[in-house]
Amino acid sequence: MALILQRLVAPARRGALKHSTYECGEEVEGSAWTQFNIRFYVIALVFLIFDVEVVILFPWAVVFKDIGLVAFVEMLIFLCVLTIGLVAVWRRRDLDWVKMVLPYARGRYARLTRDPD
Amino acid sequence: MDTFDLLATIIKVVIVFVTILVTIIILGLAERRVSGFMQYRLGPNRVGPWGLLQTVADGIKFLFKEDIIPDNVNRPIYLLAPVITMIPAFMTFAVIPFGVPLEIAGHTVKLQVADINIGLLYILALTSVGVYGLVLAGWSAGSKYPLLGGLRSSAQLISYELAMGLAIVGVIMVSGGLTFNEIITHQQATSWNFWKQPLAALVFLVAMFAETNRLPFDLTEAEQELVGGYHTEYSSFKFLMFYMSEYANVITASGFMVCLFFGGWDMPFIDEKALGHWGVVLSVLAFVSKVGFFLFLYIWVRWTFPRFRYDQLMRLGWKVLLPLGLVNIFAVGLWMALRA
Repeated sequence: MALILQRLVAPARRGALKHSTYECGEEVEGSAWTQFNIRFYVIALVFLIFDVEVVILFPWAVVFKDIGLVAFVEMLIFLCVLTIGLVAVWRRRDLDWVKMVLPYARGRYARLTRDPD
Repeated sequence: MDTFDLLATIIKVVIVFVTILVTIIILGLAERRVSGFMQYRLGPNRVGPWGLLQTVADGIKFLFKEDIIPDNVNRPIYLLAPVITMIPAFMTFAVIPFGVPLEIAGHTVKLQVADINIGLLYILALTSVGVYGLVLAGWSAGSKYPLLGGLRSSAQLISYELAMGLAIVGVIMVSGGLTFNEIITHQQATSWNFWKQPLAALVFLVAMFAETNRLPFDLTEAEQELVGGYHTEYSSFKFLMFYMSEYANVITASGFMVCLFFGGWDMPFIDEKALGHWGVVLSVLAFVSKVGFFLFLYIWVRWTFPRFRYDQLMRLGWKVLLPLGLVNIFAVGLWMALRA
């Protein structure tokens, strides 16, 4: 409703420059749909695994009070398996956003290649 | 469902919707006024008494602005994205109870739009749908800054959603139910979940700030790097829709936090249900003031902490909050299993 109202009251004057893509006033360089970093994809994959884990945890948490220790031990095993996965991803440096890749990482540059954590 | 229930539901929907809109208007002003006071200046105070009509004036101004749709956009998705963002933002509040049930003429009216038995999952699911809006807005604009902003926001939201989910699992374990009424009644009977699980509350609080894209986690629209993030190419009313859905999300997140960890409408040391109608008024007041505190906290934090760098954001989400959430579940589970 508000969108229709706005169509009626707002001015509409076209202009080639006005309707061009914003790039800080520079002329537009190439398409916007370019390649982007693979890290986003890796994060999405890892998220998928852990989100399924959280979804499985929900029904377990609801009935946890009634079942007690048995449920706890079972879920502990399940969580341990997934924690191993987390540790593996962590060790593979897939969770690090800034990756120091220096081919000459010897001598005084070795300090730079260390994990920032 | 008889006529009374139908009528009550319609009235509740209208009241909740209008309240959210009014709260957005107040929040839009409060944001700038409180920011002003924190920076030792006044903030907008000219339109109406104390500047109360400032946000209304802004809304009217948005209406009268030209709606520029750049030539380079993917038109259907570009037009759809603000709608996808806004509708879930307004729908999520439906399951949050804001007071004890009201007794009118032999009927019990729950002060909650919809008491569905998987209320928590409903909120998590709808906030996930909201992510689509941001990503599609960023992608469809056909511009580089929105694309980067959309990608960043998707990675950020999914990272913190995990921590949020893990924090919630701890709460479900102690209350044994997925509805808000069960959770609140359990907190009323014992004590607030905040005292029982401060770790989960902390994880949830941080994840909540990240999920609503607010400072210090507003990496998606970091204006020094990405101009406006995913809504760079949006103007006029479509921009207002993103703006409003952000505030609606902030309000819902505050309500969510209050219900999960701070007893919802529960006022400490008072039994609301024994007081009749005054108990209802008290409980609504308690809920509103608690939510108000968290809304203030949002603004307070905004001017207290600088923005994170993107790698710091990812490190906090994956290497701190996720393990902390697992530790919380483990601790709660062990404690409950040993006590049982």
